[in-house]
Amino acid sequence: MARQMTGAKMVVQALKDQGVDTIFGYPGGAVLPIYDEIFQQNDIHHILVRHEQAAVHMAEGYARSTGKPGVVLVTSGPGATNAVTGLTDALMDSIPLVVFTGQVPTFMVGTDGFQEADTVGITRPCTKHNWLVKDTDKLSETIHQAFHVATSGRPGPVLIDMPKDVQFATGTYTPPKAARTDNYQPQVKGDLEAITQLVELIEQAERPVFYTGGGVINSGPAASQLLRELVDATGFPITSTLMGLGAYPASGKSWLGMLGMHGLYEANLAMHGCDLMINLGARFDDRITGRIPDFSPRSTKVHVDIDASSINKIIPVELPILGDIGHVLEDVLKVWKARGRKVNKAGLEKWWKKIDEWRAVNCLAYTNSEKTIKPQYALQRLEELTKGMDRYITTEVGQHQMWAAQFLGFEDPNRWMTSGGLGTMGYGFPASIGVQIAHPDALVINVAGEASWLMNMQEMGTASQFRTPVKQFILNNERLGMVRQWQELLHGERYSQSWSESLPDFVKLAESFGWKGIQVSDPAELDDAIMEMINYDGPVLFDCLVEKHENCFPMIPSGKPHNEMLLAADADAFKEGATLV
Amino acid sequence: MAALKIKKGSSSHSAYDLRDSHSQIESSHTLAVIVDNEAGVLARVIGLFSGRGYNIDSLTVAEVDHKGHKSRITVVTRGTESVIDQIKAQLGRIVPVHEVKDLTVEGSPVERELALIKVSGTGDKRIEALRLAEIFRANVVDSTLESFVFEITGTPEKIDAFADLMRPLGLAEVARTGVAALSRGV
Ligand SMILES: Cc1ncc(C[n+]2csc(CCOP(=O)(O)OP(=O)(O)O)c2C)c(N)n1
Ligand SMILES: [Mg+2]
Repeated sequence: MARQMTGAKMVVQALKDQGVDTIFGYPGGAVLPIYDEIFQQNDIHHILVRHEQAAVHMAEGYARSTGKPGVVLVTSGPGATNAVTGLTDALMDSIPLVVFTGQVPTFMVGTDGFQEADTVGITRPCTKHNWLVKDTDKLSETIHQAFHVATSGRPGPVLIDMPKDVQFATGTYTPPKAARTDNYQPQVKGDLEAITQLVELIEQAERPVFYTGGGVINSGPAASQLLRELVDATGFPITSTLMGLGAYPASGKSWLGMLGMHGLYEANLAMHGCDLMINLGARFDDRITGRIPDFSPRSTKVHVDIDASSINKIIPVELPILGDIGHVLEDVLKVWKARGRKVNKAGLEKWWKKIDEWRAVNCLAYTNSEKTIKPQYALQRLEELTKGMDRYITTEVGQHQMWAAQFLGFEDPNRWMTSGGLGTMGYGFPASIGVQIAHPDALVINVAGEASWLMNMQEMGTASQFRTPVKQFILNNERLGMVRQWQELLHGERYSQSWSESLPDFVKLAESFGWKGIQVSDPAELDDAIMEMINYDGPVLFDCLVEKHENCFPMIPSGKPHNEMLLAADADAFKEGATLV
Repeated sequence: MAALKIKKGSSSHSAYDLRDSHSQIESSHTLAVIVDNEAGVLARVIGLFSGRGYNIDSLTVAEVDHKGHKSRITVVTRGTESVIDQIKAQLGRIVPVHEVKDLTVEGSPVERELALIKVSGTGDKRIEALRLAEIFRANVVDSTLESFVFEITGTPEKIDAFADLMRPLGLAEVARTGVAALSRGV
């Protein structure tokens, strides 16, 4: 029952058949046939952005908060090049996206035609895979394959470049079931022999720690559930990367908090001192390891990952297990239970005593003030006033991002969207719109720095148009705070270009787009202001004027081992002679 | 805690061989990468090497299965053991890559390269070039009164040696195909 249709119609049909209900995009000459098809149907909701970079970040927010792939449609040339930052961001954080780009007609490819760019060439290193489709008969099958590749194995962004004549021409539509996907089937089951070895290690370990990452979230909610069961049943401590927050609940008794450069003291010292490290879907990023030769020197390391290239890339491990976290955890639990649920109780008891000593250091302590709002205080109040709500948090990049990771608690996966691998300023605002589109009734808050937020502020129009009541919680220190912090600590307090000059009046800016604007600077008025933000039915620009010179601690200067972490109290003594990379 | 009970060199459950420590000694490896012969696949492989800073000493590619549209890319690369493992894993991640074989690990592979070598000269030098060509079993595939083009096959080392000998005799130009390799036995 072969169906004939135009390439443009195929795109819409394939999206429907893939269960897509929302796409983020921006039109232009090379995708007009597809926009014409979008106009003539009602199943797929198109969110018109104000800049293609933002379309990709919105799709990322949509994907991360739903577990479904995000879909983007942009035109050729500048539309495609504007999408590159978002693609790179999604690749680094393993976010499944399917991005469609228009291209000049096939007979013009290679002639420097108007709005021609070598899109597959430019995006080859920043996509998991990409395709230039030159034949309408192959278009629909390619789209189905693209969804398969984006969502299987380690997820990531894929791109399909479609010359305009391919969109106009008629061809045969291939439904999803008939599309060939057998040539890409990553292994999901872990080796049972290795899993049994992991269980033996679990049974004996005196000082174990779970080190979890974004892979647990990507594996799906079932993986987080299995992780909780295993952690609670073994009583092992657990820490997570920035990407993995929420897989294990922040209120759980084994939770140590985030680890890494700005991670918690107890989490980093547990990693440094453990005898068994169980890495589940994390990738030994340099913000985690610090100085490699000093990284957790006495531990046996186990690494479970779906991507073989992540294993032994940076830290050699004793026990690698290739597979999907959910599948592997299921087998680990099965084997561990069958062997009698053993752990080294005496060892664990001593280990927790040690951890409790580290916890007592209270590494997040800061000096509060009655005159100015401390950014940490603002986040503590935000947490207090919103916890338990149906809440999603996105962030921009900088100090505020690290404070958000430290001071907000995540009870569930898919509730925390932040640019981890690429560290893209300008991610959080569009991502929050993408999240809100997917969860219209939820409270969606973007914890932002004023500088990052300005990088995609044009999306205010998108939020107004699509009535997304996103809350932009700007910790406004009038500084590129994270840059300023490094300059203070490492560049002799020479604050080169790290000021946010000529900021807008955020309240007036809000009003000009039909938003609500709130400004607060007095700690005593903070709670009421936050409540006003939460209760307002519409988008809010919340300008929280905070202390301008606050630094984010703890901090492991890179090139230093975990046990040489800086706490707030040590900062002054440190300022001479270190380098960060 | 008791030591791990994993046999050294066992890799049944993992993507990697297990070993004591990562040696810092660089060695040359010949990899055969079987890929779908689709647009851009070579660019993906080359882009991986340049993007991640790996070496390419030699690279050849041609479709070897016309019905199945499969190409074989033979890459000769250098690196420490852990870098070689990374290269293989990264290659394996490319979607149209079906198989990555490390021919060097499988045993010393049969490696052959073809070269065309132009030598120009007259008199004794010309006679000497022809004599050496015979010893190396190089064929003359073009000749004028002042020049020869020799065709030679062999290991890269043999071709290097021949080219070196031709240099004082009027070596004018060299074209080489890069290495094609297969593992020995079945
Ligand atoms: C696109 C981009 N450009 C530059 C940087 C480098 N950078 C990291 S944090 C930062 C300052 C961020 O300032 P702000 O958003 O106000 O956050 P704060 O640190 O003050 O909380 C800069 C410039 C980046 N991460 N992304
Ligand atoms: Mg700032």
